[in-house]
Amino acid sequence: MEMPIPDPAVLARKDRVVARLQAVLPSDAVIQDPAETRAYECDALTAYRCPPMVAVLPASTQEVSEILRICHEEGVPVVPRGSGTSLAGGALPTADCVILGVARMNDVLDTDYDNRTIKVQTGRTNLSVTGAVEENGFFYAPDPSSQLACAIAGNIAMNSGGAHCLKYGVTTNNLMGVTMVMMDGEIVELGGAHMDAAGLDLLGLVCGSEGQLGVVTEATLRILPKPEGARPVLMGFDSAEIAGACVADIIKAGVLPVAIEFMDKMLIEVCEDFAKADYPMCEALLIVEVEGSEAEINDQLALITEIARRHNPVALRESASADESARIWAGRKAAFSAIGRISDYMCLDGTIPVSELPYVLRRIGEMSEQYGLRVGNVFHAGDGNMHPLICYDANKPGDLEICEEFGAEVLKLCVEVGGCLTGEHGVGIEKRDLMTHQYAPADLEAQMAVKDVFDPQWLLNPAKVFPLAVSETRRALDVAAE
Amino acid sequence: MRPDTEAALADIVKSAKGPLAIQGGGTRGLSPQGDVLSVAGLSGITLYEPGALTMVAQAGTPISEIEAALAAENQRLAFEPMDHRAVLGTQGEPTLGGVISANVSGPRRIQGGSARDYALGARFVDGTGTAVKNGGRVMKNVTGYDLVKLMCGAFGTLGVLTEVSLKVLPSPETQGTLMLRGLDDVAGVRAMSAAMGSPYEITGAAHCAKIMEGGSVTALRIEGFETSVAYRMDRLKDLLKGFNVDMNVADATMSDWIWKSVRDATLLADVPEDIWRVCCKPSDAPALMARSSAAGWYFDWAGGLIWVRMPAGDDLRAALGAFDGHATLIRASEATRAALPTFHPEAPGVAKISAGLRARFDPRGILNPGLMGPVAREIA
Repeated sequence: MEMPIPDPAVLARKDRVVARLQAVLPSDAVIQDPAETRAYECDALTAYRCPPMVAVLPASTQEVSEILRICHEEGVPVVPRGSGTSLAGGALPTADCVILGVARMNDVLDTDYDNRTIKVQTGRTNLSVTGAVEENGFFYAPDPSSQLACAIAGNIAMNSGGAHCLKYGVTTNNLMGVTMVMMDGEIVELGGAHMDAAGLDLLGLVCGSEGQLGVVTEATLRILPKPEGARPVLMGFDSAEIAGACVADIIKAGVLPVAIEFMDKMLIEVCEDFAKADYPMCEALLIVEVEGSEAEINDQLALITEIARRHNPVALRESASADESARIWAGRKAAFSAIGRISDYMCLDGTIPVSELPYVLRRIGEMSEQYGLRVGNVFHAGDGNMHPLICYDANKPGDLEICEEFGAEVLKLCVEVGGCLTGEHGVGIEKRDLMTHQYAPADLEAQMAVKDVFDPQWLLNPAKVFPLAVSETRRALDVAAE
Repeated sequence: MRPDTEAALADIVKSAKGPLAIQGGGTRGLSPQGDVLSVAGLSGITLYEPGALTMVAQAGTPISEIEAALAAENQRLAFEPMDHRAVLGTQGEPTLGGVISANVSGPRRIQGGSARDYALGARFVDGTGTAVKNGGRVMKNVTGYDLVKLMCGAFGTLGVLTEVSLKVLPSPETQGTLMLRGLDDVAGVRAMSAAMGSPYEITGAAHCAKIMEGGSVTALRIEGFETSVAYRMDRLKDLLKGFNVDMNVADATMSDWIWKSVRDATLLADVPEDIWRVCCKPSDAPALMARSSAAGWYFDWAGGLIWVRMPAGDDLRAALGAFDGHATLIRASEATRAALPTFHPEAPGVAKISAGLRARFDPRGILNPGLMGPVAREIA
C-alpha cells in the first residue's frame, strides 16, 4: 500500500513541534521517543505499520484545540485515533504526523434518562457507554464486534454498525450532537440534546468522515430502554439461495427481527470447532433474533419458523433458555477469533442488495478456487452487509498480495451488483484505491470539496479515503504554501 | 422550466443566468426568488424490492404514488412525512424530492428517526450543473462521505435532487393510542417521558393543552401485531396509573386520524397567528413555552417538537433566548418573513462552514439563494 512520502521539512521541525506541544500539555501526554511511538504504528489492520513522528494524549477539548492550532501553524499532518481497532487502516500514521489519541478522554459528562441521552467524551469505549446506563434499564444500540475495545470517537469516524442495526440503525442514526475541534483549533458545536439539528446536516456529514473533517471530542448519544427480552432461532438450509429466499419472506411477512445473521459451511465448521455452539452442519445457517415480552417473542418466532418450514430447513431450533441463546450467539460472535486461530485472514465488509447474495457467494467460491485461498462467509443478511474472511499465510512471500487482489475483486463484484465497497468498516487506506470503481470523478470531487471546506490544507488524516493520485494536488497545497 | 431528464435539468442549471427557485410539488410554502425550476417532470419509481426493504424513485415522484406502491406490499415510509397543504393552504402534490430536501418527518420520528435516517442514496445536480451520485441502495454504506445527509435538509441550496433511494419498513398489523386527560404541560411531558423510557416502543407521543377546547390530551401510540398492541397497551396503562387521570384507548381508525392530525398540524390550519416549529430538549418544552408570548401550542416527539401559534410579527427566538435547539418560521405574513429569517441563525463557527459548503457546491449562488443563509458571491 502506497503512502505519501514524509515531508522532510516537517520532520526537520520535530523538535520545535514537540517543544510547543509540551508547553500546552502535561509531560506524559507528549510521546516522541521512537521506542514509545511504536505503540501507535498500526491499528487492527496490522499488515501496515509506520511509527508516527509524535503521539499526543490530550485530556480535554481545550487541549485538543491547542494541539490542532499548533499543528495547523506548523503544517504538521494529524491522524486522530480512538482505540486503534480500525480494520481499514483508518488510524495508520504517516512518518511525519502527530497521532492524536483520545484514550484519556473517557468521562461520562451527563446522563439524562428523561430525554434518553448520554453525553460522553469520545475516548470512552462503546460497551462502557451501555455500561453507564444499563443499571437503569437503558442501552446504547450500535454494537460493532469490537465494542469492548473500540471508542465512540472511532465509531463516529467510521459510522460503525453492528449485528443489531437492522432494527436500531448505525451510529449516525443514534448520534444527536458533537463537540468538534476544527483543524485550526476552533471549537464548534453541532446538534445537541434535541432531535433534528438545525441548518445543514453537518452532523450527518461528520459522522463517517473518517477523522478527516475535525476531531470529535464529545458526543451526545441516544440511549434506548432495554427490550423485555430477546431470543434467537437457528435455521439450517441446503443452499445460500434457499436461506436468502427465507430471509426475504420473513421481511415481506412484516416481521422485523432485530438481527438476521448468515454463516456458510466453512464458517459453521470453524466456529463449531472453536465455540461448541452445537450448530448443524449444513450449507447455510441463519440466526434470527426477535425481541419483546415472552408472549410477543413466541408469536414472532411462531411466524418465522412457519415461514422457514416452507423452505425445507435441514435444522430448525428455537432457543429454549438463556444459556442456549448465549451459546447460539457465542458461535457467531467468535467467528473472527475462530478463523484467526487457524489462519491469517483479511476481513472484507462490502454490502450488496440482499437479493444478490446467492450469485455473489457463488462468484466468491469460484474466485477462491482461482486464487487458491480459502474463504468463509458471515453476513448481516437483513441489511446486505457481507463479511467474507479470506485466509492467507503471512509468512509465505506474496500470499498477502494475492489475498489483497482477491479481496479487491470481491469488492468490485459488490459494486457491480449494486452494492458498495464498505458497509461499516470504512475506506481508510485499505479500500482507498478502489473508490474510483464506485464513484465517478465528479462524485469524488464533490466529497473532496467538503474536505476543502473543513480542512483547506488537507492536514487531517490526509492519505485516507481518496486514491492518492486523486487527492495529490490538494495534499500538495500545504507543502507549496511553505 | 420543467425538465424530464437529469441531463436536461443539468443543462438548465449550467446555462442559468440568474437565481433558480427549486420546486418539487410547491406545497411547503417556500418561494425563494428566481425562475422556477420544477423537478416534477422527473417522476417515477425506478426500483422497488420489498424483500430488501428498498425503493429508488426520481425526485419528482409524488409521495402519494410512493405510498400507494408501498401499501400494495404492506410496507410504508416509516418517517411518516408531514403534508403541509392543510396548514399552509397550498395546492399541489408533495414529492419525494421536496420531502427529502426539507427533511420532513412526522410523529414517528421520536422512535424511528427522521427522513434523513431513511435516505440511503441520492443523485443531484450541483450549482455548476454537474451531476453527482452519493450513497447507494443498500442499507449499510460507509463508502466515502455521506453527502446524502448533507443534501437532506439543505432545501435545494447545495444541489437539485434528481433521484433518491430509501429504506422502507413493513406496515404494522394494527395500532392503538392511549389518551390521558387533564395533564398540564409539565405532567404531560413527564408522562410522555415515562412512556418513552419503557420497553413498549411508543411510536407517537403528543400533548396538547393550549389549543383544543375541552381540556388537555396526552396521546401515546403503539403499533404492531394485534396481540402485542393489546398487551403493551395494558402495561402502559399500568405504568402511567400514578398520574391519576382518566385514560382511554383510541382504536385503530381513531388512532390513525389522531396521528394524521398531529403530523399535519391541522389544528393550526385556521388560526390567525404566525406558526413556528421549535425543536428542543423534550423536558425543556414547558419552560420554553412559559417564557414565550405564544397564543397556543402543542407538543409532538414527547416534547421535542413544539408547534407554536405566535402573535403576528412577534419574534419567538428573541423571547426564548439561548436554548438547546432551534426555531423555524413556518407560516407568516410577507412583512414578518422579510423581518425574521425562516431558519434559526447559526453560531459563527457553524455559519462559516455552511457558507463554505454553499460556495463550493453552488459557487454562483443561484440555487434557492438566501433561503438558508447569505449568498456566497453575487452573480457576475
